[in-house]
Parts: sequence; structure tokens; C-alpha cells
Amino acid sequence: MAEQPTLLAAREVAKHFGGVKALHDVSLTIHRGEIYGLIGPNGAGKTTFFNCLTGLYRNESGHFLFDGVKLEADAPHKAAEVGIARTFQNIRLFGNMTAIENVMVGRHLRTRAGVFGAISRNSATRAEEAAIARRADELLHYVGIHERAHDYARHLSYGDQRRLEIARALATEPKLLALDEPAAGMNGTETEALRVLVEGIRRDGVTVLLIEHDVKLVMGLCDRVAVLDYGEKICEDVPAVVQKDARVIEAYLGG
Amino acid sequence: MNGPSTKHPYWRQHWLGLMLVVGVLLAVPFVAALGGQAWVRIANFAILYVFLALGLNIVVGYAGLLDLGYVAFYAVGAYCYALLASPHFGIHLPFWVILPCGAALACLFGVLLGAPTLKLRGDYLAIVTLGFGEIIRIFMNNLNAPINITNGAQGITLIDPVRIGDFSFARTSTVFGIAISGPQKYYFLLVALAALVIVVNIRLQNSRIGRAWQAIREDEVAAKACGINTRNIKLLAFAMGASFGGIAGGVFAAMQGFVSPESFSLMESITILAMVVLGGMGHIPGVILGAILLTGLPEALRYGIEPLQKAVFGRMIIDPESLRMLVFGLALVLVMRFRPAGLWPSSLRRRELAEATD
Repeated sequence: MAEQPTLLAAREVAKHFGGVKALHDVSLTIHRGEIYGLIGPNGAGKTTFFNCLTGLYRNESGHFLFDGVKLEADAPHKAAEVGIARTFQNIRLFGNMTAIENVMVGRHLRTRAGVFGAISRNSATRAEEAAIARRADELLHYVGIHERAHDYARHLSYGDQRRLEIARALATEPKLLALDEPAAGMNGTETEALRVLVEGIRRDGVTVLLIEHDVKLVMGLCDRVAVLDYGEKICEDVPAVVQKDARVIEAYLGG
Repeated sequence: MNGPSTKHPYWRQHWLGLMLVVGVLLAVPFVAALGGQAWVRIANFAILYVFLALGLNIVVGYAGLLDLGYVAFYAVGAYCYALLASPHFGIHLPFWVILPCGAALACLFGVLLGAPTLKLRGDYLAIVTLGFGEIIRIFMNNLNAPINITNGAQGITLIDPVRIGDFSFARTSTVFGIAISGPQKYYFLLVALAALVIVVNIRLQNSRIGRAWQAIREDEVAAKACGINTRNIKLLAFAMGASFGGIAGGVFAAMQGFVSPESFSLMESITILAMVVLGGMGHIPGVILGAILLTGLPEALRYGIEPLQKAVFGRMIIDPESLRMLVFGLALVLVMRFRPAGLWPSSLRRRELAEATD
């Protein structure tokens, strides 16, 4: 955390669905190199926040500053381009493509070959294709599913699909990796393996934003945590403080 | 790209099969000529439809965009050729200038159609493209007043044949002691073009662009989140498909010497789409098979039904033309019932359908 500690700053982001305020002026700051947890009861607006951040939704007001630059709303591919990669709560892989092809799609953004390269298959294109395949293979090793590289994504086990989604997101060379409930539906062993993987990703220089229901995982893994309730941020601090916050306890246990 | 083909060129592994294919392709126009030049023309149309179907395959098979107005691009290419190489305007440009012009113009129309329809999917896209196809045809029909551009429903006649120097595709000439008729020359031109579109199809499929198309077809939201500019990549599919339609239209105009709006009806679009779907969407050999069957079978029926009826009943009971459509329709229904992924689908397509019905 040397020169510029802030990687992402959300400034009074609001999103309404009809009369429902899904996000109500949410502001938060994520520092470079930390694992930042976003928690809250069901329907608190966590995924909506993710979708606004990654450009799938257009927020009505407020904005995001990423790496000092204002993000354009409603442009998912641009969010990916500036360095925000994400996974989905309900896994969204390219089911009829192999695991390695899924990761190769993630390389699209950082490669150049166009139609003429593809048709002429010149040396530059062949070299790029080889580099894409090599990088995809490395990433599959990294998340630990390389032996399933040539299996179709939809045939992978649930845990492996989660890992594949992370590999595909990492292929875009993100500065911020946003994981939407990566441990949902995982058993204890799988969750532990995921924790190790996420810590490794952070160690390799990627900031992680984590939405999670598994409180134990969040408290053990995250440096700081924000809590959303009914679209409002009710708390933002280190896990030990958040756990004792009266409003957080009330939100979770019901008032 | 993970197959052995990256180590050895495809042709070195399959040289026997390829030689066989080349041999058959060389023999077809001469064998067909034994039954009269009409059969050579039928073979020509089969290859022309192979070309068109593979162009449409890029849009429908790879990018998954249901385009029911593909014939519009075919029409644009045909009229481009007709206007630039006929006495209508008195312009007579050589074909190697016009074909790229036709391709570029069709490409432009592809982008024009693609741009406003990018947010549409499935049925809705089909309806808009269908409308677009009709608009182009109606334009061709009515652009004869106040300035006569397309000569309306009468169409444009006396279009120049393809000509390279003195070597005209309109008449018979002798090459190396073999007499080659006009239609046979077009046959070889069409085969060369078809080979080109096959190479383009294969190479696009296993490329960065091809993967992006497949990703969009699988899950557009996830593709966007991966940083794919889905708008540009979809437009690219439209533009590429359209350019091939434009080239096919140019060759069609030169070969027929006559174009009119009648040749570019909705039925034509549906037939080309049927070739792609029936053969096996996204699978090159399947699409080729579909195109050849759907051009060849109706012709074979037309020539086969009349003698058959005379032999069995002693007279004509059903007009061969109406029976042709009946058999055609029945064949479509049967294929869709028993082979829903197409006659010769790729393993991928089969899997998609199998798991969708689970």
C-alpha cells in the first residue's frame, strides 16, 4: 500500500427497480491488494452492487472511480478492459466449450487477431494462438483443474466449475477480481481449498472483492468487510469490529 | 486447434480423400454434360447454394443469429453486378472489379441491418431480418421511377458474362484439346469460390473471433463480462456473412445474364436457411450436404416423377411441380422429427440438443 492505496471507490451509487431501492447511495473504498468482503442478508443488494460495478446494470446516480478513472456505466466489456473481472452467483460458463476454451475466451480482451489474421493464419496469429493456449493451460494449473482441460465445462463438477470461472476471469488480467458467492454450495473441504486459492490470488497481486454468505470464510479471509442491509451500507470495518456491531447483529438476527 | 492438424497440415493426413474429392469435382461437369447442359447448370446452382449456405452458416451457425433475410445480400450483390456490367447504364466493368464491389456493398448493408438489431435475439431478430429481406426486394421492384435504376419488375437483361481478356464464359472454348462449355466454366469458377469460403469457415471457427462467436451463442452476458465487445463481434458476423452473399449474387447475375426481383423472394432466404439447418448448423460438411441435397433432390424429382407416373399409371396424375413441393416439405418434416440436429451435425450440436431435451 505504497503510493496510491485506493483501487476502487464507489461514490453514492444508487439503483432502483421500480419503487424498490436496491442500492441507496452506497459508498465504499477498496484498497489495493486487500481482500474486501461484501456481506448482508438475502436481497440486501450485494449482487446489484456487483452488476452496477461490472456494467451489467446502469446505476441511476453515483459513480465508480477505478484506479483513479471514472467507470462508464452500462458497458461490461469496458469494465473488463480497465481490469475488473467477475464470476457469477449462478455459474455462467460456456457449457458446450471445453474448460480450456472457456479460459481462452477470457484471453480475447488481451489479444488482437482479427478476421484477416484468422483467415490468413499468418505467423503473428499462430504465435498469438499458441500464447493464448499456453496461458490458458497455466491458469488451469493455477486453479488446479488442468486434468479436466479438454472436458466440456458443463460436465465438470460444481466445485470445478467455480474454479474454472475464476480461471476465466483471471485470464482477462484483472486488477480487481470480483467473486459473487464463490463458496455457495461447497462442502467444508472445498471451501477450505477455495480459501487457499483466493489467498494465493491476492498474493499474486490481484485485489479481491468477495460477496459471501459463509460468515466463517469471510471473517477468516477478508481484511475489511462492508455490510449491506436493504440497499444501505450499515457498516464497513475490519472483521473483528463488524462482528460486534449492533446494527449488523440486528440485520442478521432480525429486529 | 488441439487436434493433430496443428502438427501436420490437414492435406497431408487426408491426401487420399482429398484427391478423391478433387477427382469427383473435376468429373462432375463432364458427367453431367452427358445428360445435357441443363444438368451442368443444376450442378452450378448446387455449388452456388453451397457457397451461400456457408456464408449464412457464419451468421446462423457460428454466431447464432437467426437471419431470415439473407437473400437481401444476395440481391445486393446481383444488382451491383447487373448495374455495373450491362447496357442498362452502359457501364461494362470487368468481373474482378465488380465482385469485390458487390461484396463490399453487401457488407455495408450487413452492417446497416446488423446495427439496429443487435439487441434482438431469436424470434425477434428473425422477424426484423425477414422484413429487411422484403424491403430490399420491394426496393428493387420499385426503383424504376422517378429515375430508372433497377428497371423494376422487368429486371435487367443482357448482363455481361464473366470474361478474362478474350476468354469469355459465355461460349464454348477448347482448353488442352478439351471442349469446355460456358456452364462448365462457371462450374469451375464456383468450385474455386466454394473452396475459398470453406477455408474461411474452417479458419474462422478455430480462431479468436470464432471462439468469441461461440461464447456469445452460449451466454451473451458472460461473454460481455469476459471483455468481448459483443456489438462489434456480432456486427462482424453479419458483415462477413453478407459479403459472401454479395459475391454469390454477382456470380449469379453473370451466370444467368438476367436479374429480376423475383429471384430474391422470401422463399429463397428460407431455402438457404433450411440448407444450413437441415444439413447441420455450424458443421461445414453438413451444410454442404444440405445445400447439395436441397438443390439436387427437387431437380431429380422433377425429372424423375413424370416418367415414373407414366410407367405406373400410364398417364400423369399429379403435376410434378406440385408433387415436388409436397415431397420437399415431407422430407423437411421427417428430418426435423428424426434428426433434429440435422443430417450431419457436429458432435457439439448433437450434444446441445440432447441435453436440451433431457
